[in-house]
Order: sequence, then C-alpha cells, then structure tokens
Amino acid sequence: MAKVHVRTEINGEPVEFLAEPRQSLLEVLREELGLTGTKEGCNNGNCGACSVIFDGRVVNACCVLAVEAEGARIVTIEGIARDGELHPLQQAFLEEAALQCGICTPGIIVAAKALLDREPNPDELRVRHWLAGNLCRCTGYDKIVRAVLAAAERLQAQEVPQR
Amino acid sequence: MTTIERPRYQVIGTRPIRPDGVEKVTGRALYGADVRLPGTIYGRVLRSPHAHARILRIDTSAAERMPGVLAVVTHRDLPAVADGIQNLGETAVNVRELAANLLADDKVLYHGHAVAAVAAVSPHLAEEALGAITVEYEVLPPVLDVREAMREDAPLLDESRRTKNIAGQVVGERPSNIAMHHRFEAGDVEAAFAKASVVIEREFRTKMVHQGYIEPQNATAVWNQDGTVTIWTSTQGAFAVRGQVAELLRLPVSKVRVVPMEIGGGFGGKIPVYLEPLAALLSRKAGGRPVKMTMSRTEVFQATGPTSGTWIRVKAGADAEGRLLAVEAELCYEAGAFPGSSVNAGAMCMLAPYDVENFRIDTYDVVVNKPKTAAYRAPGAPAAAFAMESVVDELCRALKMDPLAFRLKNSSREGTRQVSGVPFPRIGHEECVRAAMESDHYRSPIEGPNRGRGVASGFWFNGGMQSTVLVAVNPDGTVNLIEGNTDIGGTRASLAMQLAEALGIPYEDVKPFVADTDSIGHNDVTGGSRTTFATGLAVYEAAMDIRRQMVARAARILNLPEEDLEYVDGGVQSKSDPSKRIGFKEIARQQARTGGPITGKASLVARGVGPAFSTQIVDVEVDPETGKVTILRYTVVQDAGRAIHPSYVEGQMQGGVAQGIGWALHEEYCYDEQGHLLNANFLDYRIPTALDLPPIETVIVEVPNPAHPFGVRGVGEVSIVPPLAAIANAIYDAIGVRFTDLPISPRRIVEALYGGKEG
Amino acid sequence: MRAFDYAAPRSLDETFPLLADGRRVRFLAGGTDIIVQLREGRAECDLLVDLKRIPELRRIEIRPDGTLAIGAAVPCAEVYEHPEVRRRWPALVDAASLIGGIQIQSRASLGGNICNASPAADSVPALIVLGARLVLASARGERELPIEGFFRGPGQTVLQPGELLVRIEVPPLPPCSGARFLRFIPRNEMDIAVANAAAFLRLDDDGRIAQARVALGAVAPTPLLVAEAGELLAGQQPNDELFARAGELAAAAARPITDVRGSVLQRRHLARVLTVRALRGALARAQEGS
Repeated sequence: MAKVHVRTEINGEPVEFLAEPRQSLLEVLREELGLTGTKEGCNNGNCGACSVIFDGRVVNACCVLAVEAEGARIVTIEGIARDGELHPLQQAFLEEAALQCGICTPGIIVAAKALLDREPNPDELRVRHWLAGNLCRCTGYDKIVRAVLAAAERLQAQEVPQR
Repeated sequence: MTTIERPRYQVIGTRPIRPDGVEKVTGRALYGADVRLPGTIYGRVLRSPHAHARILRIDTSAAERMPGVLAVVTHRDLPAVADGIQNLGETAVNVRELAANLLADDKVLYHGHAVAAVAAVSPHLAEEALGAITVEYEVLPPVLDVREAMREDAPLLDESRRTKNIAGQVVGERPSNIAMHHRFEAGDVEAAFAKASVVIEREFRTKMVHQGYIEPQNATAVWNQDGTVTIWTSTQGAFAVRGQVAELLRLPVSKVRVVPMEIGGGFGGKIPVYLEPLAALLSRKAGGRPVKMTMSRTEVFQATGPTSGTWIRVKAGADAEGRLLAVEAELCYEAGAFPGSSVNAGAMCMLAPYDVENFRIDTYDVVVNKPKTAAYRAPGAPAAAFAMESVVDELCRALKMDPLAFRLKNSSREGTRQVSGVPFPRIGHEECVRAAMESDHYRSPIEGPNRGRGVASGFWFNGGMQSTVLVAVNPDGTVNLIEGNTDIGGTRASLAMQLAEALGIPYEDVKPFVADTDSIGHNDVTGGSRTTFATGLAVYEAAMDIRRQMVARAARILNLPEEDLEYVDGGVQSKSDPSKRIGFKEIARQQARTGGPITGKASLVARGVGPAFSTQIVDVEVDPETGKVTILRYTVVQDAGRAIHPSYVEGQMQGGVAQGIGWALHEEYCYDEQGHLLNANFLDYRIPTALDLPPIETVIVEVPNPAHPFGVRGVGEVSIVPPLAAIANAIYDAIGVRFTDLPISPRRIVEALYGGKEG
Repeated sequence: MRAFDYAAPRSLDETFPLLADGRRVRFLAGGTDIIVQLREGRAECDLLVDLKRIPELRRIEIRPDGTLAIGAAVPCAEVYEHPEVRRRWPALVDAASLIGGIQIQSRASLGGNICNASPAADSVPALIVLGARLVLASARGERELPIEGFFRGPGQTVLQPGELLVRIEVPPLPPCSGARFLRFIPRNEMDIAVANAAAFLRLDDDGRIAQARVALGAVAPTPLLVAEAGELLAGQQPNDELFARAGELAAAAARPITDVRGSVLQRRHLARVLTVRALRGALARAQEGS
C-alpha cells in the first residue's frame, strides 16, 4: 500500500511526512517524528496517555490515523511550554506533586490545557469529569485535580493570553 | 500530622519540586518505549490462544522467509537452564520456570503465554510475520480456580510437580497443583476458641487483579559484536533485569549492561523480565541490530504479573471484653502458571495489627492456568486483610464495640510476637488507630439512607536489601548523587533531600542521577517500599563519608588539627573557636589544591527495617436500585516513620487507596470456561477514573524508625492493604449485606439484593 | 493491523465510485471504533473511506420546519455543544455527552455510533424515542427509514454494499413533551453501557400522557423500541405506580445475555430501573416545557 504524503502543523511548525494509512498519529508522532512526549498506554482509546490537541479539541492520538492529520493543527506536550517558560499547568503539576511515575502526565496536561482554553474557571467536579478519559494509576487523582485548579486560578490571575 | 518530637530539620519535611519534574511535565523524560536507536527493528510476540495445551509443532519457516523479517525465536533458542532460585527482592523466581514463562517449552499454560517472537523492519511487518507462524496444539482441559486446582482429580499443569514445604523440601507423594503448603502456628487455638464468647467464621474469595501501570512493558536490546548485551528498559530493578537476563541467556553478569529508563509505574509488576531476553536473542539473530519491543495493553493483561486470586477461610474468636483470643485461617492463593504466590506474606500480614497469642494459619500456593503472578504492592497482604478485617468487623458488631476501639485494645506494639515468631520493633499501629479516632472524619457523623462507614487496618513489612550510592562534590559546591534505584514516584527527591539534610546544604544543590548497571555497585529493586529507607541509609552514610573528608580538607585550609574540627550546618568549624569556620562551598571550591576530588560512597545491606501500618476510614453510599457504590469520603492514616517529602508520602498513601478502591469495587480478571481472558483492556478492566474517587484525605503519623537516622519507614505499599475490607465493612453498614467476594461490583450487589444467580 | 488504502473524497459524488470497484470498504468518521477494530483484527478492509472531508456530512442544520439534521460524521462534542440542540433536544445531549471521555467525544460521531451497530450504542435509544430517521445514500439515490428499523443484530445493519449513512434527522419535539436518556455503567465514565434506556412523553392539556415512547439498549441483539410500554402509558395520568408498570414491561421486553459487562438478571433489572428513571426525567422535562 502506497504511503501518503501528509502536510500538517505541529506545535506551530509546518511538518510533512509520509505515512502508511494504517499508521496512527501516535505511531508517527513517536516513531517517525521523534515526539515521544505523547505516550502509549493502551492504543485503543481507553487511557488518554496519548492525548493531543487536534484542531482545538483534545483527542487520543491512537484513535486518529496519521493521514487524517492532513491540514490539521496539532499541539502535543512538547508544544505546551513556550519561549522557554513552563505553562502554568506544568508549574502547578510540579508544585502540587501531581505526578509520581509521570507516564500519564503529558496526556493529562494536554487534556487539562484543552479544558482551561475553553473553560478558564472549572470547578473540581468539572475537572474530574473532563479528565475521566485520562487514567492515572499512581496518584488517586487528588493532587492532579488540585494542580489543575491551581493552574486555572493562576492563569486567571495573570490573565495569560490564550494560546 | 501526628508527630513524635521532630528534630529541627532544614530540608526534611519540606515540599520542594522534584529534580526530574521539569523533564516529566514537558514530555522530555525518556521512558523505555521512547528509546530510538539508529537501525532499530521491531520485535513482537506470538501468544497462545489456549489456556492449557501441549505444543506439538511450531513451524516458523514461512515467517523467516518473509522479506523484512530478520529474526524468529522460540524456546529452542533459549539456552537450557536448570532449576535455581533467583531472589528478586519482593519475590523470588525459579530460573527454569522463568525461561518457560518467557517462551513456552512443551506446554502453554495460560491464554497469552508466549510461544515465539519475531523481529522485522517495522512493527506492522513483525505483526504480520506472527500470522505466518504455524503452531499445532493439543488442547488440554484448563484449571482456573484455586479450589478446583487443589482437588486430586484436577487437571495438572505439571505432572512432575509435588507439594513442597516452605523450605523447598518435597512433602507430597502424588502429583499436585499445590506447589507449597505451610502452617504457621502458636498457642492453643482450640482452648482459646473454647473461651471465646463470640466466634465468627467466614470464607472469602478475591479475583486476580493487575497492577495496572499505564506504561506497558518494553525493552530495547543490542547484542553487540563483542558478545556484550545492552538493554534499555523500564524496570523497577536494573540489577534484577541484569541478573535474570544473565541467568536465562547463560552469560556472565558483566556481559550484560542494563540502562534503566524512566518507568511508567510498576507496583511490583516490573521486576520480572518478559521482553528483555527476547529482544536480546532477536538482536543476536538479526546480526546485532537494536530490537525494540513494547507490549500491547492486551499483552500486559494476558501475560504480565497479576496478583493472586484467593480463597480464604478465617475463624476468629473474642471474649466478652473484646479481647481477640484466637484466629484460625486457611489461605489458598493462585500462583498462576508457575509457583510463587505471596501467600505466606499474606499469612504474616493478616494478624500483624493484633496481639493474638493463639493462631493456626495454613497456606497453599497453587498453580492454575492463568498468568504467573508477580508482586503487587504489599503482595499477598490485601486479600488476607480483606478476610481478617471483615471478620473483625463482624466481631465488633457482635460485641457492640467500636471497631477502632477494638483495634486499639488488641493492637500489636513493640515486642508483640509476629506470626513469624519475631517480635516487632517500634511500630505505630496504635498511633494510627488513635489518629483515626481523632480525625475529623471519624468524629463526623454519617447520616442518610444507604450510607455507611467502614474502617480497617493493614500492615506491610517493608524491605531493606542492598543499596549503593556515590556522591561527588563539584567545585561550585553542588553535589552529584549517583544511585541505582529507578525513580517511580519521587525517590530522586527523597534521596536528594536526605543528602542535603545530612550535608547541611540546599536541596537545590543536590543533583541526583540514576546510573546503569555498569556505572554503580549493586542496587536491589525500587520495591518493597525500600528506596527512601534503604538507599536513604546509603545516602546518609555517603554523606558522613563526605563530611569526614570535608573536615580533613578544612584542617588543611584552616591550618587546624582535625581533632579540633567538627562538621556543623553545612560547614566545618573549630570546636574551640567556632568563629574559625569554612563553608561547604568554599571547601568544595578549593578541593583541587587540598587533595583532589572529594567523593563519598556507601554500599550496604539495610538493617533495621521499620514496618508500616495504616488505618483507614471510608464512607459510602449504595444505590440500592443499581448497585452503584459511591465513595463519599475517604481518610487514610499511615505511619511514615518520618515523611521526607510529605507531598510524595501523601501521594503514595492516596495512590494505594485508589488501587484498593478499584480492587474492592471493580477490578477482576474475567475468564470464560476455556480459560480465555475476556477483559484484557482498560475498557473492561476498570481501574478508577478521576470521576470515581473523592479527594482522599491523608493523615501522616510519624513514629520514627529508630534504625534510620531520620526515622524513615517505607511508605509505598501499606496503603493498599486496608481499603478492601474497609469498603466491604462500609457497604455492610450501609445496606446490611456482608460481601465476602470481591469485587463488590454493581452486578454482585444487584444479584445479592434481587435474589439471583447468574442468568 | 493489515495494510489498507485510504481515500478522503470531497463529496458524495466522489465517494460512490470508490465503493464500486470490488474492494472491501469501511467508512471512517470519528474512527474511535473502526480504527481499534482494524488494529485488533476485528474488522478488515482494503479501502478506508474517510467521510470527514464531505461538507454535508459535517453539518448540523435546523430546517425551517424545525427538523434537526445531523451529518453522519459530526463529532459528538459538536452535537452537545450546539446551543439549539442543547435547548431543544436535551435527550440527545444526554446521549452524546456520555459516549466515551472527552477525547472520544472530540472525534466519535453519532453516525459512527449508529453504524457500528453495537446493541449498547448510547445514541440509539435516545434517537429512537425522539423519532429519528436515517438517510442512507448510494449511487442509486437516497432512502430513509426510522432508526429502529436500521439494525439487524450486533454489528449488522440494513446498509447495502455501496450505501452509507449520510445524516440523521430528528423531528422537533411537540409542545408539552420531553425526553430523557440514561445509562448504567459500573464506573462514572469510560464504560460501555450495561444497559441504557430512553423515554419520551408528550402531555395533553390535562397533564395526561398523550404519547409515550420507551427504548432500551444493551438488553437485546439490537436496541429495542418497547411499544407495549408506550401503549400502556398513553392516555394515563403520570405517576410512580404507572411508571413502575412501564418498567416491568420494559424488563419483560428485554432479552439480555450474560457477558463480561453484565448478567441477565442485572440487565433485566436495570432495564426496569432505568426505564422508570428515564420516564421521570422525561416527565420533568415535559412539565418544564409546558
């Protein structure tokens, strides 16, 4: 089967690659493009470790084919910190000790960013609901939820421009 | 925090940012599956579709002929290895059985048992090649349940197996699936029961459950042309991988280098090897190409270590005053396809919260046609505590006694003989129970229909074992801390903090680094809740080594005799004239001219392990129409000895509770009658989501471990022990139904309330 | 995962020729089912046709007559975020916001949920009680049918070779009516329904039930319209006792199986409980609107 030429945008930069139709976006990000911050936990849409923002919505990169990325704008964990500065979510995860092993962390930060981009002031239940598709086996989620709420507060206080 | 007189620490007890944090929140941290070497090819494993079958023939020739397929291996490619026990820390393995688990020999023993492996230029091609391998099976009847497997007429996994005792001597005369039987016994159980005014006897069942780490097993290996093997992998123990790979491939350990990558959770499950030796063998056959292997989630569930399904009978008696008089128990644990469950640990943990003189516990380690079990957080203890703490709850109800008052009255303490006969050192169970009684949670009423509260206690031994650390002082006054324990949950931070405290320098000046097996002395696994304790001890000793050298260097710089100098608060000063003082940074700066590099080291076998206790309180609400259980409030009280980094201690407490809640309510391995695992995915193997858990309140109790300079006990495991019973007790309190089988799923509750069996 | 070709036609006219050359074709909308099925070998195809570049399959439209037309490839999140859908068809929001987590809802479409034909599909009972019709298209033209007539069994539909679902049409709710969809899952998110149920009630001027529809999922090989429950309810004053009887009829209509997600007893029981709860919810919405 012929490889398909795909033109897309990842973390603000134009990217082109060749992909077999059966290759997932996750596989191409990790194995072809070297963006290994997006993790594989289940490869069938049940754990959220591969969360990326795809045309403004958070998706599981394992459930998107790489060829579907044609013309899309994609943000991965590598694109969350900008200009050498951590995103307030990243800073809050550090300060709240919201990670243990850290394998789910990139997906959760990406998903949480998608939430805060839409809803800058979610309550605890909303955060738990939004993150229900991101499994964490280490923390019991308590510190993760606190970190997202803390980041939301900080973002609002700083009025950091949406990006 | 309940604290017993805490010395004034500068660093310990603070909550700094972990050293590896920035890499982990930006996606830069490299986990095992993130390894990308030039020329990498991809390995995949062919697995058995049957739970129990004889392998009649394997034909790999078609796969080998496929363009792009570079190597195929089967059991024939493994060197023959003899029986021999290798200690992995929390568990031990028989190397011959480990080899047979790695790639099935004459029989497959569970659905998903590895049969062959291939390496090809793409993962998709490797998968296609699996389809080109022909395996002829003679399917045999499987045995899936521990009690069934113990019957004399049960299908045998291994016709040559005879029951052994705890020392490994054969005691059984006939072939059996019971690999081990042992009896723990003390006092006069019958006489004690005769004196009891309340006796409760119940049978309990738990299903196999999985550690559920989010990162699947992975390994990349290169068999170099000089005969050495390099392996990059996510593991709890680089040295444990090195040892296993060397044994399995019959190589000297010095020929195997293991590079531990960041690890995405383990909970005991990333101690045995599954892929590492296969990747190495495939690399050798493929002419030294790097071979990368990652498991699918399905493979993780099918073929990596769950913990045992169990059948447990407990009989316990108390007198009218609420004194626990005697306990009799039978513990039957599924080992999986090969022996080695944690049943004896279960027996030793279940009575640990109690001072009970009369007991008899029979333990059975039983093989079944399911995956070989591995350690899982306090291995063996949760199921045993589920049974014991449920029976204690019933005793308390019969005695009309507050369940925490009962636990306080009967609590073990320093000097209480354990089931093993060894007396306890200073422990903190009483303090945990007291803290639970005094908690806001326990003092708040629980009200409303279908709501209830439960409590339970739990125990875990914690581990000691071997550790090595190296410390190098940089000219700018910072220090490199080189250690060999992979960091699953913040141990870089907890070790760096202990070094900073011991040296009197800022935490930020310590740079921890996890080394590979060629770069540091032996370290046992990150497991058994040992790292902050045992490697922490090594860190402390290495710091003392550095301090002695700093004193010697200061003597030269200050021109004072060493005897007049002492190390105080991050510097060296004169005992006679404390104004004569030189700071750590200044000594560091001058090290080249005062004798060269300053490095410290320590290697040790950690003694004086401080055991851990936890007491937990849970409020639940049961929807009696749907059987859904909502956790309304949860409090975990735990003795940490000394919390080095309280946030990560709380994280361990919360994480164990979350796993325990999943185990209690949802998680189970579901098999059909032929032994096919039906729910090998995160959709139907239901670990808790963020929406399933409440904020988990933590109360850290600090009863310092006298054998550790900072009082550290292990904190990683014990929190998973009480939730199973605490939740079952709470559900009983809510709806008056005593569940003795886990999980207490909505289905079980509906079937219990609406009178049915399975339709 | 076996290799396959990929096409992303820009129109239906470009699509139909792709379906006629003998290759085994599967359609890709959100992909959250089909990609996993292809990966796990539960589905196979020679050609995967991505429908998301066909504008008419990506549109939500409210027609002058009040009919809601949802293109087959519109993701669930766009459905439940649509302000008019939220206002006028809350039962559809109930369903669309329950399919998977946020990541799934960003991609998964109602069309895919329907065509995957799982007995447990969360969108279907709600669409049944709302009286939804499906529009199927092929090179020969369009045809339409009520959604409850679409399913033949687990994974089986009436779609013919060369035919695809292009949109879902939901009529406007009449005055004094309301609908509610509920499902039961063991966790609070991320599970497949053990059972689900939807109810629609229209009240007359006296507050009696003028018309009722009850549908169930995950309790039979296909989603079920429980006509007997609707007949029982029609003309009656709504109350708990009546709803309990409707629940009994729903339980009796259920033909569940025991599998890894639930048992016969549990599912039949839940059919009753969820029917009653859905009826209560539909009544509350009908009364709000009156």
